[in-house]
Amino acid sequence: MIIVVSLLVLVMLGAAVAALVFRDLLSAVIASCMVSLLASILFFFLQAPDVAMAEASIGAALITAVFVIAIRRTSRYEE
Amino acid sequence: MRSIVSLILLVVIAVGFGLALLAIPFGAAKTEVGDHYTANGREDTGASNIVTSVVVGYRAFDTLGEITVLFVAALGLGAVVATGSRGNDRREIEPASLVLKTGCRLLFPLILLFGAYVFIHGHVTPGGGFQGGAIIASAFLLVYLGCRGRRIGRISSTVAESLSGLVFVVMGLLGLTVGTGYFLSNFMPHGVLNQVWSAGIIPVIYVAVGFKVGSELAGVIDKLVEETG
Repeated sequence: MIIVVSLLVLVMLGAAVAALVFRDLLSAVIASCMVSLLASILFFFLQAPDVAMAEASIGAALITAVFVIAIRRTSRYEE
Repeated sequence: MRSIVSLILLVVIAVGFGLALLAIPFGAAKTEVGDHYTANGREDTGASNIVTSVVVGYRAFDTLGEITVLFVAALGLGAVVATGSRGNDRREIEPASLVLKTGCRLLFPLILLFGAYVFIHGHVTPGGGFQGGAIIASAFLLVYLGCRGRRIGRISSTVAESLSGLVFVVMGLLGLTVGTGYFLSNFMPHGVLNQVWSAGIIPVIYVAVGFKVGSELAGVIDKLVEETG
């Protein structure tokens, strides 16, 4: 259990750093979506299924869609 | 000069916060209200999901405030997008492939059903109005991605949004007059624990919250998709 959780946290940290480092904003959005998805799995393991559902549907689905729409409207690469 | 003054101010504020936080014993239980909720939540509100008994039972007024914040945010986004859309540089909409279209048509009612299940059973199982509403909005997002060119009815979504907000406030006012005399008091019979028809006004309010959040988030997606084409 502790191994699974620490593995998830490590992948989540990696995705968060990747979201900061990526020059391609679309990749950064996907990385931040991954952070939300892993956070929702962690919430489920920590016995907070209500928060996990909210995080999965809002953080992983809707926020990502809003960011992708915004990137389509503006430029894809960071200067 | 200015930076020195701000540095001194910062140090004063930091020392003040540090002294205030040192006064609180580390690791001790801050309040007894959480223990009260977990011990008496089922008897007080009739909801077997403790989270729901706090969100819609004890702290229902806060939930009304959250709904208002979401409403104002959606309204503000609509205003910003409406003033920004002057140019008519619509791109040609590529039709989606048959597989994608059929998949969307099959999945859309199932996701709607799942969202409705989540907010109707909010007082029995994990989930509730916010989660169910977000799931419903993601179903509309799927339709926008798959079946390009389809839109939700503006009038029906506005009617659903306004009616659900009205239901919330009217239930609160009914509690003020019929019930024990405070806003959003649980005046309906609590029923049997763990059944759908239980917990008094909680399922009614959560269904209203689900409709309101769903129509608002779907409206946000709709405005953004319409703007970008």
